[in-house]
Amino acid sequence: MGNILAIYKREMKSYFNSPIAYIIISLFLIISGYFYSISLFLLNEASMRNVMGIITLMFIFFIPAITMRTISEEKKTGTIELMLTMPIRESEIIIAKYLAALALLVIALVFTLAYVLTLSLLGNPDLGVIFSGYFGLIMMGGAYLALGVYASTITENQIVSFIVGFVIIFFFFMLDKILIFMPAAIAPILEYISIDYHFNNITRGVIDSRDVIYYLTVIVFSLALSSHTLASRKWT
Amino acid sequence: MIQIKNLTKNFGTTRAVDDISFEIKRSEILGFLGPNGAGKTTTVRVITCFLAPTSGTVEINGLNVFDNALEIRRKIGYLPENTPLYHDMNVVDFLRYSAELRKIPIDKRSMRIKKMIDVCGLGDVLHKDIGQLSKGYNQRVGLAQAMIHDPEIVILDEPTSGLDPNQIVEIRNMIKELGKEKTVVLCTHILPEVQSTCDRALIINKGKIAAHGTIEEISASQTGGDRIHLELQAAEGDPITVLKAVEGVEEVAVVPGAGVTKRYRLGTVKGSDPREKIFRTIVDNNWTLLEMRRDRTSLEEVFRLLTTN
Repeated sequence: MGNILAIYKREMKSYFNSPIAYIIISLFLIISGYFYSISLFLLNEASMRNVMGIITLMFIFFIPAITMRTISEEKKTGTIELMLTMPIRESEIIIAKYLAALALLVIALVFTLAYVLTLSLLGNPDLGVIFSGYFGLIMMGGAYLALGVYASTITENQIVSFIVGFVIIFFFFMLDKILIFMPAAIAPILEYISIDYHFNNITRGVIDSRDVIYYLTVIVFSLALSSHTLASRKWT
Repeated sequence: MIQIKNLTKNFGTTRAVDDISFEIKRSEILGFLGPNGAGKTTTVRVITCFLAPTSGTVEINGLNVFDNALEIRRKIGYLPENTPLYHDMNVVDFLRYSAELRKIPIDKRSMRIKKMIDVCGLGDVLHKDIGQLSKGYNQRVGLAQAMIHDPEIVILDEPTSGLDPNQIVEIRNMIKELGKEKTVVLCTHILPEVQSTCDRALIINKGKIAAHGTIEEISASQTGGDRIHLELQAAEGDPITVLKAVEGVEEVAVVPGAGVTKRYRLGTVKGSDPREKIFRTIVDNNWTLLEMRRDRTSLEEVFRLLTTN
């Protein structure tokens, strides 16, 4: 536990001591803010639905950008050898780095609460739906981040890590969209695997334990796979 | 203290370390020598539990390093090859971070950090980012990190590579100081480093142990006699045949060169010192002796002999 906290703190510092965090957060806010104002001024809608839809799309690019350096950079610079010859478990490194990436994502999302604030000044939005939407975004983002961290453990090249992360996340994202082309027999299975399906359930305002369990499963599975990949260096 | 038994490590089809066994005793400085790619780093990585052995075991104080990785790592301070450090951290933050991860009790942390700053001479660069430091300071930060938890065993993988001669001397003195109470394993391919700092040396080549023992033992075991260099002016006679006849001289070779004088290199029988007889022979033949010099076989030659076949 102490190790996780120490590594987590270092990761957060390194996000905010370098331009990474600022670039990611400001880009995220510029793009989401643009779509927010469009739906507000052009469509006259006092809802977050459009913005959240856009944010789920932005995740596909932003999340691999956040996670691409997590392990890859340590592999490239060799600091991973320093870490893994200290009394630290692989899983502790993975969890700490995951939590730091998740914190960055949550911080970016917290800034978008400004949209909710202006909405409630201008109109009468359904706050219940909005907050279950945020919960869904964090769950979805959390699952994507775990997949992204895994992509980062398999390579020392950050660009490869970004692309692999993007492809994995895009696969989960697309599953829902290609369902109609799938045979009826496997469609329900694919629907269950698809991240979007569960997200839509949550944004409807119903937080069902099945959806939460789905996301937690993806997260735990990806992180376990990551720490296993990190440990596999021993035998190669 | 560290026992390595029949250690083998394969990477795919290449065998990096091939069935080596040796022991490292408490509070000695062991020079771990070998050409690049001989398997030094791989062996060290197995000792520090970064890699698992393909077969064989490494035990520290009777504990298998693979089964007790976390416990063993607490006892080891390790400076990996090329000194990987977090370039975006400043020196004091990095030392604090290492102290935390090395599980130094909170009340002792600042004391240990101060000690390391002192010992490694980091006082001037405390708040600089590690990425901006010179190679020498990087190395010192790496050493500080390796010693911060006062480990029983310190393993240094090429700690002086890329340093200038003054820095090399400094780091060597630090290592010698360290070896007074700790077990130190020093991986290097720089021979004078071993000669000046280590109690014992182990030479490995292509994953196998080529020699093991004190430096004198290694030198003595591997070579024939010393060599004698002569510079002569011989008006008449044939120095080669005459010198060859001297007792204790094994072979005579002419060293190519210009001028009226000629240079010869004489190989001698192991353990003999025929210099006096050579001198008499030269006088008897009325030649003029300009120079006579004995060359003891150096560790460099032994190293070359052992690692180039």
